[in-house]
Parts: sequence; C-alpha cells; structure tokens
Amino acid sequence: MWPSVIFAQLGWSYFWYAAPLVAVISLVYAATRHEDLRSIFRHAFGCATWIVGLMVVVGVVMAVISAWL
Amino acid sequence: MSAQSASESPKPIELKDPVMAAFLAWLIPGLGHLYQGRIAKGILFLVGILGIFMYGVYLGGDREVGWGRVVYMSFRPEDQRLHFLCQVGVGLPAMPAVIQAVRVRSERAPLWGCLMAPPRLPSDRSSDRPTLDDLHKRLHHYFELGTLYTMIAGLLNILAIYDAWAGPVLEESVKEEKEEKDSSPAEVESSSGGSDVKASESGAEGDCASKPG
Repeated sequence: MWPSVIFAQLGWSYFWYAAPLVAVISLVYAATRHEDLRSIFRHAFGCATWIVGLMVVVGVVMAVISAWL
Repeated sequence: MSAQSASESPKPIELKDPVMAAFLAWLIPGLGHLYQGRIAKGILFLVGILGIFMYGVYLGGDREVGWGRVVYMSFRPEDQRLHFLCQVGVGLPAMPAVIQAVRVRSERAPLWGCLMAPPRLPSDRSSDRPTLDDLHKRLHHYFELGTLYTMIAGLLNILAIYDAWAGPVLEESVKEEKEEKDSSPAEVESSSGGSDVKASESGAEGDCASKPG
C-alpha cells in the first residue's frame, strides 16, 4: 500500500518524462559503439532495459527506506 | 558465427577529415556523420539529440516569458548558470543564448521574444523582464525538466562528436580480432587503410549478436 501512496504523491505522469530520455540516451550510447543499425537497436534495447531496471530497483529501495522513516 | 565473422574483412569507415567532422557534429548534432556519409547515424543523432533539446526548450518556456528560458548564458556573480556549459555541447541551437547574453550585458533588449534570454537580476530595476524566481514560479517543475533535457542533449552530443572524430568504439571481440590481424606482417602490408579510416564491426556483426547482453 505504502509504495503506491508515495508514487501517487509524486504523480505517475512524471515518469513519462523519463521515457524520451531513456530512449535517446540508449540509442546515442549504442550508436557510439556500433555502426550497423541492427546492432545499434539491439544494444539500445538492452541498455534501455538496464536503465529502467536500475530505476525500478532504486525506486523500490527508496520506497522501502521511506516507509521506515 | 565467430568463424564466419573472422573470415569477413571489417568494412572500413571513411572518417574524411575528422576535425571537420567533429566541428560539424558540434555545430548541428548529426551533421558530422552526414558529412562522412554515415547517413543513418547522422539522422539518428539529429533526430534524437536535437529532438530532446527542442523538447527541453519547449518545456522551459512559454509564450509570455519566451521559449527556452532554461538555456541561457550567465556568469554574473549573482547568477552563475553552469548548466550552460553542458547545454552548449549541442552547438548552434544553443547559440541564441550567447547572442542574448551579449545584448543584455550591453544593456540592449533581448531579441526574438526573449528566446534563451538570461533572466533579470533582482538588483536590476531597469526592465520588467522576469527574474529567475519569477521563471521558477511560472514554469514550476518544467523549469527543472527543461534544464535536464537540454543538458542531457548537450552531453549526448559530446559522445556523438567523439564518434564523428574517432569512429565507433569497437567491441572487445572485434578489437582482439583486429589486433591479431595487425600482429601478422602480411596482413599489415595488405591493409591499405589510412589513419582516418576505422574498421567497423558490421563485418563481425555475428560476434555482437552472439554476445550475451
């Protein structure tokens, strides 16, 4: 219950602002490591997944910590 | 997969004049790659980097206070806008901020509806332009979001500039393969690429595909 309260206070719509950044950062980073478009998109997908995963983990950890405070 | 890729010679990338390409890449994101004939990557950088920069300019302003108020150059003691050091990485699209800063410093009115104009200092009573506090009050969190978007665009373009100058960072497997070839004298003689030509990994795509992650 508490994480949803925290995110409700923050506003879910804020998270949409991260989507273009994650997409562009992943694509540009991947493009600096490959020349072939298929390799770029494959690498970018992995990179975006990694970033989103890290954000979720950090978010959960922060939510848990804030629940104890 | 690896054996197949090893048998194929890496496709060279002609970097043309790397310094010119790097300058063009700074001037307009992706322009350096277009100059080198790397059309797909040029378009990707142009759309991606310029897209988030423009979105940040849109978020950080409105019709009343002017667009792009998050991108401004100011190194006044009361307002040190260090964010601009990141934003200027995007090149020409951030240049209106320099023009506006020069105009404001010489006590002339900003142009283009205050596009990228520095805010008025609280101590300055000579004009009715908004102060930094006014901009924060008016734009709320969009001021921070716009700043973030434009800063990231500038920083990402530095990666693109490096890519235009030196070519893509090679994957480890391709590096090892290249080192093996370089260590063989016959291969060194047969390779005719100059210093401005860098091997791409497109010939060794199978290696990348087989790598986990």
